[in-house]
Amino acid sequence: MYQYTENDQTLIDERVAQFKRQTENYFKGELSEDEYRALRLRNGVYIQTHAPLLRVAGPYGLISSKQVRKLAHIARTYDKNYCHFTTRQNIQFNWPKLELVPEILAELATVQMHAIQTSGNCMRNTTSDHLAGVAVDEIADPRPYCEIIRQWTTLHPEFDYLPRKFKIAVSGALNDRAATQFHDIGLHLVKNDAGEVGFKVFVGGGLGRTPIIGQVIKPYLEQKHLLSYLEAILRIYNLFGRRDNKYKARIKILVKETGLEEFTKLVDAEWAHLRDANELSAERVDELKAHFASPAYDLAADTDTSFAEHKVNDKAFATWLAHNTAAHKVSGYTAVFISLKAPDMPPGDVTDVQLDAVADIADAYSFGEIRATHRQNLILADVKQADLYTVWQKLAALELATPNIGTATDMICCPGLDFCSLANAGSIGVAKEINEALDDLDYIHDIGELKINMSGCMNGCAHQSVGHIGILGVDKKGAEWYQITLGGSSENNAAIGERLGPAVAKDEITKAITTILDVYVKNRLEEETFLEAVNRLGINPFKEQVYANN
Amino acid sequence: MQIIKDKQRVDNTWQFIADDAALVAGDITVSLDRWLQDRADLVAHNGKVGLRLKASDSVADFAEDLANIKLVELDFADFADGRSFSQAWLLRGRYDYKDEIRAIGRYLPEQVFYLSRVGVNAYATEKTPDLDAVLNNLNDFTVKYQSSII
Repeated sequence: MYQYTENDQTLIDERVAQFKRQTENYFKGELSEDEYRALRLRNGVYIQTHAPLLRVAGPYGLISSKQVRKLAHIARTYDKNYCHFTTRQNIQFNWPKLELVPEILAELATVQMHAIQTSGNCMRNTTSDHLAGVAVDEIADPRPYCEIIRQWTTLHPEFDYLPRKFKIAVSGALNDRAATQFHDIGLHLVKNDAGEVGFKVFVGGGLGRTPIIGQVIKPYLEQKHLLSYLEAILRIYNLFGRRDNKYKARIKILVKETGLEEFTKLVDAEWAHLRDANELSAERVDELKAHFASPAYDLAADTDTSFAEHKVNDKAFATWLAHNTAAHKVSGYTAVFISLKAPDMPPGDVTDVQLDAVADIADAYSFGEIRATHRQNLILADVKQADLYTVWQKLAALELATPNIGTATDMICCPGLDFCSLANAGSIGVAKEINEALDDLDYIHDIGELKINMSGCMNGCAHQSVGHIGILGVDKKGAEWYQITLGGSSENNAAIGERLGPAVAKDEITKAITTILDVYVKNRLEEETFLEAVNRLGINPFKEQVYANN
Repeated sequence: MQIIKDKQRVDNTWQFIADDAALVAGDITVSLDRWLQDRADLVAHNGKVGLRLKASDSVADFAEDLANIKLVELDFADFADGRSFSQAWLLRGRYDYKDEIRAIGRYLPEQVFYLSRVGVNAYATEKTPDLDAVLNNLNDFTVKYQSSII
């Protein structure tokens, strides 16, 4: 993974010093609440219901074992012994003391981590495919480009006070695992007829209150033009994005109100001034590619036979393998999911003890690297098949091996009313209740691939509008109610879920979900996934059953 | 009143003339609306003329006239309105403007490092002690990822 240069380190150290001063000035009364708010947000600090929340950047999801140990240390020293992985591959601490945040940031800086631009109306952490570099369907490794974008977006002097937040995601594979079509800018690595890698550029996608699927603004952008083209889009957005209404300030609204054709003309006219002056050199790309060279794989890894024996002899291991691993480009290696969706833990939460243990496992079995996925799990990307049984046993002992990746209980869930000052309804408690209702693993496995996403308010942090089943918490006269959508997807076949009907009360939501699953099981064709069934059947058969008694 | 210009404290020699006020001798700034309306009078003015830009003003509307404009003030009504940063960048980067660009109004001294990197070279502050903060904060970073405009 990327290792900081001296300049990178100086930059984050100087940022820590700057934020320390800003925090001191705030406590001295020299910065107003509003002024400090803008500054602290750009350093990852929100004020939540109970305490500040600190969001640390996980650059395109990559974290080293050393960094994971530091996160464990921070959870233990400054928080309540746990942290939370988000849908944008970041890490959140829910209970730090505001006056100690500069100290926490200084600790993070010692392991090349920071919280720069993880919130606020600026360019956010660039996200990517959690299987980058190991995926079997990869066209090109997105990580070098992610790092180029990370650097370009970090402390950009012109674009730090945008109309609203701005998120970029990059996918280098045939199958989009980074929800790129729901980002302000989505980049797909593609090859042209000459076999050269470039970018298909999507713009104006987004979730939240007004979910919109991104549109293609440039079918093929040459690699050398990456940064000049991003600059053109950002300048047009900075100058013309709406600032009169924060709910209409995202670039998706500008693209929608301007029309893609006219918006493209504006961007191209701006780009014409920039494209030749600011080229990304092939040398620079190669320099970054060297940071992401493949680790020293054992080329005889696939000659191991113990793996096959364990698979036959241990049913639980076989079940875990079937659900919690992904194919690897190198024969004899496997990418292993660490499930952060154990039934009794809030989705995405992990304790300091688990973090330390995961760091040890990564060091021993996966080149010391851990990745965060956008569905709030972790990955060990490079595990030898001979080590899988041991890794499984170790993860199982830590309650990190629930064999539920990609299934009904692998829910995406926001902190909800329990922590978030924006939320209208609880989400963690509902997730727990659904989890308890679906405690039969055979049933979960029979249902198969299913993405349930649940947000506690219409800001949609848990991407409910693109869940195969989406659950949205709403406030009705002080009571918590839940709207259900079906048929959303954030993958290649991007779609926004359709509303099933009126919101259901809190004590009926779990029943509604199990009813929906029953309808699927009764009506599915052979091999048909839940999403395929919804697309074939439409929502009516589900609606009829869910509202049958009302 | 003192301002910071090119990292030095200097006396301000300019005054802003409101749209409904008569022009006075000496160095003055006016709104873009007034410039576009009274251009002939302003070009003939006895003294230098500058513009006071709102964040919503378009730099393209006066870009051809920059030889006649000796100061551009970026007037922040709200420190979070980042359009002024792009205005500065366009003036320097697109239109090769060489004279003074001054931040005024409700920007934060905490923003001056960024402002300096998009081409702002002078800072007026609402509170005098902020002049020291401006000078100090211009040195917040010794490294950067993007090229700066000047």
